[in-house]
Amino acid sequence: MELEFAPQDEVFRAEVRDFVRARLPLGLRHKMLAGERLGKEDYLVWHRILHEQGWVAPNWPKAFGGCEWSAVRQHIFEEECALAGAPGILPFGIRMVAPVIMKFGSASQQQHFLPRILSGEDWWCQGYSEPGAGSDLASLKMRAERRGDHYLVNGQKTWTTLAQYADWIFCLVRTASAGKPQEGISFLLIDMKTRGVSVRPIIMLDGEHEINEVWFEDAMVPAENLVGEEGKGWTYAKFLLGHERTGNAGVGHCRRWLAELKALAQRQRGNDGRALADDTRFRDRIARLEIDLMTLEVMNVRVLALEEQRHAPGPEASMLKIMGSELQQALTETTMHALGHAAAPFPQAATGRYFNFRKASIYAGSNEIQRNIITRHLLGL
Amino acid sequence: MLALSDEQLQFRDSLQRLLRADYSFERRREIANSTLGWSRETWRQLAELGVLALALPEAHGGFGGGAMDTLVVMEECGRSLLLEPYLPTVVLGAGLIARVGSSTQCAAILPAVGAGERQLAFAHYEPAARYALDVVATDARRDGESWVITGAKTYVLNGIAADQLIVSARTPKGLTLFMIDRTTPGVQLRDYPMYDSQRAADLRLDAVRVGAAAQLGEEGAAAAPIAATIDAAIAAVCAEAVGAMTVLLEATGAYLKTRKQFGVPIGSFQVLQHRMADMLLETEAARSMALLASSRLGTAGTAERRRIVSAAKVRVSEAARFVGQQAVQLHGGIGVTDELAVSHYFRRLTMIEMAFGDVDYHLEAVGRHLFE
Repeated sequence: MELEFAPQDEVFRAEVRDFVRARLPLGLRHKMLAGERLGKEDYLVWHRILHEQGWVAPNWPKAFGGCEWSAVRQHIFEEECALAGAPGILPFGIRMVAPVIMKFGSASQQQHFLPRILSGEDWWCQGYSEPGAGSDLASLKMRAERRGDHYLVNGQKTWTTLAQYADWIFCLVRTASAGKPQEGISFLLIDMKTRGVSVRPIIMLDGEHEINEVWFEDAMVPAENLVGEEGKGWTYAKFLLGHERTGNAGVGHCRRWLAELKALAQRQRGNDGRALADDTRFRDRIARLEIDLMTLEVMNVRVLALEEQRHAPGPEASMLKIMGSELQQALTETTMHALGHAAAPFPQAATGRYFNFRKASIYAGSNEIQRNIITRHLLGL
Repeated sequence: MLALSDEQLQFRDSLQRLLRADYSFERRREIANSTLGWSRETWRQLAELGVLALALPEAHGGFGGGAMDTLVVMEECGRSLLLEPYLPTVVLGAGLIARVGSSTQCAAILPAVGAGERQLAFAHYEPAARYALDVVATDARRDGESWVITGAKTYVLNGIAADQLIVSARTPKGLTLFMIDRTTPGVQLRDYPMYDSQRAADLRLDAVRVGAAAQLGEEGAAAAPIAATIDAAIAAVCAEAVGAMTVLLEATGAYLKTRKQFGVPIGSFQVLQHRMADMLLETEAARSMALLASSRLGTAGTAERRRIVSAAKVRVSEAARFVGQQAVQLHGGIGVTDELAVSHYFRRLTMIEMAFGDVDYHLEAVGRHLFE
């Protein structure tokens, strides 16, 4: 289903579609459509193509070299990229650390880091979660002690996505232990090449290496890498959370996956020898996914409209996060089931994706945390 | 695209003001217990406000509104659990006449509907048809200049109050519509209240003789306008359900804040908070699909309209069931009483679940178009 936006936005959609069709490398597209894991260079190739076009930072202000697109256009851009089988722009640099540096960083941090994020020269990863600090992030323990012109950093981060490729990590660290736990947290940028920083892979349930532990042992980090003020890290993290816009819905991916599932159900034989698509029970499952996708698309449009009205995302984004992740999981599950016994042999892209996407209801604020946010901010309970 | 216009928002405000002032839950209870089962006074007020004429064609005294205007009205019907027969008279009856009626028929009926002076009912479903739209055994035969109609209909909303019944029947050329005065000899109505306090009737047509002028639209060509009208009714009840769910959400939220057990408001318990969060998610999902259905009703091609409306009915029905059941559950003992409004909203939502096809029926319809 296509929900039409304003005519000028639909012109923009056509422009994006043409561009992606013309410039997305075929090999990369095939890899994406086959559900293969992308390597560092795969992401960077597309990043550089977008950078050359001036489209790598949809959310940034023009002053910093971004597109300054409206929420609707950012959505259209992401949707078209996902539909065409282009890799997403990884959020850690462009969407996460960059807005914090723009808002709270020093002029020299801005001048140094932002152009390198744009060009893809620096790959960033996110150092938030720790073994003892997941949903209760404020209980984090990684310590940074001020020693003259540097911080001495000790501790461990975990679930760090693609840290094996990263040049830099932005961390929430504890610089003080007095007062409320939120008050002793600071926002620190750390070069991954620093002595004492090490990355240990965590192999996920699909057998893949996507996430890591990052260890810090007496790592010396220049004091100038502190963003803003010491002890204000929690405020910056919350600002960032408010900036992680509604893109979590993943409408484009869901559309492509549903189309793939339908094609698979038509190729695959059901138990009576006819196509699986003609099996009433299986067809009902696909019909439900189709309905859920329609619902998600309309929800997404409604939340985008609110976001444009307010010039900021609101707590409604939590509803999209839940609906989007649940649909992603239902799609990966049904696609795996469509394969029957053929789903079992390792490796199998659809099965791997099913296992991999259990993460979707856990990351970026688990769906239970999202329900807490809804309870507090939308229901006032 | 999915947003309401300023005019629609203003209209909604004035309808809300009217219903808040004159349609309290206590008032509604009195109306439900009256012989008629709805209020002619409220109907007059709705006519005065322009609610009844809103979606009627301009050529016949209406304001030429569309499905999004009907959505606004129906959402308020849902919020106030309106018993007045807006759906059968305006959406179904007038909707059909506006779609296929001759200019004489339109001129005779539609302005009167808009003015609140005419009641209509659509007699289509038959006992053996369940939800299927094309299973019609009622028979219409030509006899000289007149038609003789025989058959049985069920779930005729507003049947007993209708001045005219629009009846579907099969002629040698196929499905055809007829407009029959309720008082015509051979018309028998058995009227009953439903669990939502609205009224419907079973209809028997025993060799009912009507003139050629009673034929509504082309002979044998009624299937498409019937499907379009039922789709409009589905979009309308989807909007109504959203209004009712919104009230249940507010009422349940308020109850969780005030009801204390174990020395604290029960809204402090996370298991109930997350249930409420899910009720909100369901309501907003339903609102999204209700908006989609109404916004596409007039513009989508037939197949696309069918697909969207059925999808909306599935999603809204499931949300209605969840929100209705959970609102009762979270209210505890008081939730299962007749005394509290909550159970009345739940009853209406339950009837909407089955109105014009249940989840299975519409899921099948979505599935049928899945691989086209």
